[in-house]
Amino acid sequence: MTEKQIRVLIAKPGLDGHDRGAKVIARALRDDGMEVIYTGLRQTPDMISEAALQEDVDVIGLSILSGAHNALIPQIIKKLKENGQDNVLVFLGGIIPEDDIQSMLDAGIYKVYGPGTDTRQVCKDIREAISVKQAE
Amino acid sequence: MSLSKAVREGSRIALSRVLSQVENNTAAGLRALDELFPYTGKAHKIGITGPPGSGKSTLVNALAKQLRQLENDPRVAIIAVDPTSPFSGGAILGDRVRMLDLQGDPDIFIRSMASRGALGGLATQTEALSQVFDAAGYDFILIETVGAGQSEVDIVNLAHTTIVVDVPGLGDDIQSIKAGILEIADILVVNKADRPGADQSLRYLKSMIDMGYRPLASSAGKHRLADSLPNSKPCDEDEQQSLWTPPVMKTVARESEGIETLVAEILKHQKFLKETGRWQLKEAWTLREIVRKRIEGSLVRDFFNQLPEGLLDETMGDVIARKVSPARAVENLLTYNRNRNQSPHLE
Repeated sequence: MTEKQIRVLIAKPGLDGHDRGAKVIARALRDDGMEVIYTGLRQTPDMISEAALQEDVDVIGLSILSGAHNALIPQIIKKLKENGQDNVLVFLGGIIPEDDIQSMLDAGIYKVYGPGTDTRQVCKDIREAISVKQAE
Repeated sequence: MSLSKAVREGSRIALSRVLSQVENNTAAGLRALDELFPYTGKAHKIGITGPPGSGKSTLVNALAKQLRQLENDPRVAIIAVDPTSPFSGGAILGDRVRMLDLQGDPDIFIRSMASRGALGGLATQTEALSQVFDAAGYDFILIETVGAGQSEVDIVNLAHTTIVVDVPGLGDDIQSIKAGILEIADILVVNKADRPGADQSLRYLKSMIDMGYRPLASSAGKHRLADSLPNSKPCDEDEQQSLWTPPVMKTVARESEGIETLVAEILKHQKFLKETGRWQLKEAWTLREIVRKRIEGSLVRDFFNQLPEGLLDETMGDVIARKVSPARAVENLLTYNRNRNQSPHLE
């Protein structure tokens, strides 16, 4: 038997309509052997935490280009906690200003990725984070 | 409290965890199924199949919404299967994108599933997941297959009611799906019926039904079904007369057009199955198929587990060098394992 399949939810919270980055990441994770649940554009924090609950994912990847991360991320993390899903790793990608990165990490984001990130690095980070979590 | 007990008491997070355990075929999953199985057998399982892009997910979305309008306030579970990449083993499960209307309704639960190498349009564990939903008290379980071509017909062994979705424009090229997939339909839907050619597709499908291929297909199916019940008699003329004729209908799932009629037909089919005793026959057939499949799976796993390390590679070397035929190589390996089982002390 191979190792357990990693399940990832890819979602785009907020109102901006550019999902190319989310799709590129979804595709890269698929090619790395993960199962990617793609939910698409304009997801509310409720929708994201609900989908994560129903799909029992290990990882959530969020893409935000609109600048609304400071508003959205804490809400999403709060919802996940309320659902008893604080074991899920949350990654964030998109346009996140340098000054905001630390506050995102403090809010509970595992890692933040900007434009030009090598998708292989994302896959590697996810696998490492999961194996660390399993060892705990 | 055990997880399976929490599932039956309505904990959605427990349900989600158990679904994962069952999907991954873990020991915990097997135990959960042991505990849940006595509570199954109530749900109406509805299969939705059809070619890629025919609108299956959108139809499931509309169907779930409509089912939730029924007077008895049924709970609805959805299992959406998408294909696993044969190269990376990964998958993109994108059916939820079409089902955004359903989020926020606590009595609808959507679970996406990768086919993980199974070829019949479902994953190996799809049926087991439906057992979990059944025991958790979901009244309808909608099972969406991967985009199907000709032979992805496993759904018929699992669903009480199979809906085959077609779209206008496949028209004359309908050959591509007719042999396998149309004959498993209990209900035929021409989706995207606001597109040109919908009436033509409808006529084509209706004339196929009228031509009478269905009684043939059904009786073949019936004999198989009848075989699985010890006391059932072979079907006679009268029973042939009372067969279900698949209705053919148009829908525009995105606009929820035609969905009320579709739900009415589903309920009619449910009534038909129950009144004619076919519900039990289908259940018995499904269970027999599950057991048969699991035996196949376990035997294959055991076979490989029992082979001593290196023997398979060695044998394959002979086959690749064309010294031993593949058929003979398999016989040799089987014989090896058989002898070893009979006299384990010789090792």
